[in-house]
Amino acid sequence: MILAPAPVADPAAPLARRNPVAKLGAALLFSLPLISTVDPVTPAAALLVELALLPAFGVRMRVLARRLAPLLLAAAGILVSMVLFAADRSGTLLLALGPIQITTGVLTTATALILRIFAVALPGIIVFATTDPTDLADALVQNAKAPARFAIGALAAFRLLPLLGQEWRALALARRARGVDAGRNPVARLRLFASTAFALLVGALRRGVRLSVAMDSRGFDARTPRTHARLQRFTGADTALLAGAAGLAALILTVAVLTGFFQPVIS
Amino acid sequence: MSEVRIRDFGWRHAGRRAWAVRGLDLHIRHGERVLLLGPSGAGKSTLLAALAGLLPEDSGEAEGTIEIDGLEPRKARDRTGIVFQDPQTQLVMARSGDDVAFGLENRGVPAAEIWPRVSDALDRVGFPYPINRPTAALSGGEAQRLALAGVLALRPGLLLLDEPTANLDPPGATLIRDAVARATGADTTLIVVEHRVAEALELVDRVVVLEPGGGVRADGSPDVVFTAYGDRLAAEGVWVPGFSIPPVKATSTPTTDVVRVTSAAVTGRLDPVSLTVRDGEVLAVTGPNGVGKSTLALVLGGLTAPDTGQVRVTGDHRPPHRWRAATLAGRIGSVFQNPEHQFVTGRVADELALGPRRLGRSPAEIRRIVDDLLDRLRLTRLADANPFTLSGGEARRLSVATALATAPRLLVLDEPTFGQDRRTWRELIGLFAGLRDEGHAIVAVTHDEDFVRTLADRTFPLGAPDPQPLPRRSRP
Repeated sequence: MILAPAPVADPAAPLARRNPVAKLGAALLFSLPLISTVDPVTPAAALLVELALLPAFGVRMRVLARRLAPLLLAAAGILVSMVLFAADRSGTLLLALGPIQITTGVLTTATALILRIFAVALPGIIVFATTDPTDLADALVQNAKAPARFAIGALAAFRLLPLLGQEWRALALARRARGVDAGRNPVARLRLFASTAFALLVGALRRGVRLSVAMDSRGFDARTPRTHARLQRFTGADTALLAGAAGLAALILTVAVLTGFFQPVIS
Repeated sequence: MSEVRIRDFGWRHAGRRAWAVRGLDLHIRHGERVLLLGPSGAGKSTLLAALAGLLPEDSGEAEGTIEIDGLEPRKARDRTGIVFQDPQTQLVMARSGDDVAFGLENRGVPAAEIWPRVSDALDRVGFPYPINRPTAALSGGEAQRLALAGVLALRPGLLLLDEPTANLDPPGATLIRDAVARATGADTTLIVVEHRVAEALELVDRVVVLEPGGGVRADGSPDVVFTAYGDRLAAEGVWVPGFSIPPVKATSTPTTDVVRVTSAAVTGRLDPVSLTVRDGEVLAVTGPNGVGKSTLALVLGGLTAPDTGQVRVTGDHRPPHRWRAATLAGRIGSVFQNPEHQFVTGRVADELALGPRRLGRSPAEIRRIVDDLLDRLRLTRLADANPFTLSGGEARRLSVATALATAPRLLVLDEPTFGQDRRTWRELIGLFAGLRDEGHAIVAVTHDEDFVRTLADRTFPLGAPDPQPLPRRSRP
């Protein structure tokens, strides 16, 4: 396991091949303006554009659906809380469950929120599905001038993450071997969890220190300017991707304003 | 090629009363290959860290001087390279070639020179895979080879090895020794710290023994040093070649079955296994990495349920993995490979009292058990210490002691002697032999051939190795 979630897209797809920083920037440029409106039509239009672009990123629908699964949970949570707690109960009454009145207004707001979450998250998911973490770190350092100490350091730390899972399982088993279990008592469970988490933290800190000493021993803390073994190029095509993303976002918002669907967040 | 001059050097870690190294004078010439020896606590690792320029000035107090080619170690960092014990925490990048390139990038080597030097370093250590091999798919020995390549690519004049094989199984350790032997020529000065002397001897032409109180006790060719000081070094815990330990086998024949395992298997980790463990015997489970030895230990210890087959402990019709934890700890004691995984309290004495308390023993009984164990395992002095601050040998003794506190009939040990110095090793062997002769059953998963030869009454070689399984792909 290199790093979860690893890239899964077809690396030859035209947009998947773009510079990671350009892809990340395009995702932000496209999705951030969407936050300015609370209507359901704008994010729905954005989602359609995103899905239409999927083939250009080489991401298959099935892979995307699997990565979107956790968002369904969030969507369900929004729906439930809106139905229970929404202040605005305008529109036609569809169903009354005792004091809870489900109106078209409630459903419209809920749908808009859910669509927004998906429309904003999807570009990020596409970027990480098409980008190797090493390439991202390289591009951040070379094209976005991020400090190497930060980008490469984070990359090295990520490599240790899967170890934490193994460590947690070993700690849990070792506690059972020592005669420590919580049974059904919730307080005991919480204490067991806390003591296991503490042991995990102690181990993680030790490993982190060892790794950073090993990195420094190979000159990571040297003052010589770093060179780059893997070149990341930022080309005209990457600028075009950024411009395209900004242009598409502007287009969608303009249409939303002209057609009267636009509802600013701050009104 | 580098020359090292150490004059009256000393180092005391901040907050410690004792000096880790003191009064050390040493001259190591260009291209010499030195094995650095000394009992645990003689300051060998501290000295290597100082030579590598990795002791920050504010982390302790220094005395005397160290010069590498006339420079102080922190300024000579681009001439030194160091390989540590643990391969997991030395690899930085996700792909093997990128990892070797990491150091070259840091040192500002021009991009055009990097890849030729990467493949050269990988060739020199005999790395068998293409450069895009994921580092996560490497075995311990292969990962350590890669770490060595990452250091050699920087062409250090002084190569420091801090117990580079201590975390590896015997085949992995052989890989590393071969790689060091073929990759370092007469132009590299080499300083090795290694407990297992016999295996390091072929790499060196000079042995330096540090005195725990400070200074150098012996210095010379291996033959001269071991003839004069071999027995004393062996007594202090160094694995001196030629000092073997007499076997201690069971004197009576075991009669009663303690555990019977019938075709137990864990999907993907352990193929079906059947075996019986009897009281008063030591059973060694051996076999290459990846055949499921540790999984078998977990199954025997009632910590993992077998997917098929069964585990039956004499006197209980339920399988041990269904028992409550307290019941389990009273009947089967498991000792894990990493002792620190097992510590759950903040004091050594509390650690020992935990098991008996869970079993409902009286306070007086608990005190008697704790005092007895502290005494038998030479831990009395450390009764109030935090278990996480113990040295490797002390932590190992404590983890064994915690399993003994509830007097379980069956002990399951996973690599109990791994990385121990000779002194702790002998103590553990003596302890296990005593427990066996009292009638306990002991199962030990081990790579340690000396352990098998000295103590095991029966050996269970686990499975012929399957063809090397492909590294598991991460799921999307």
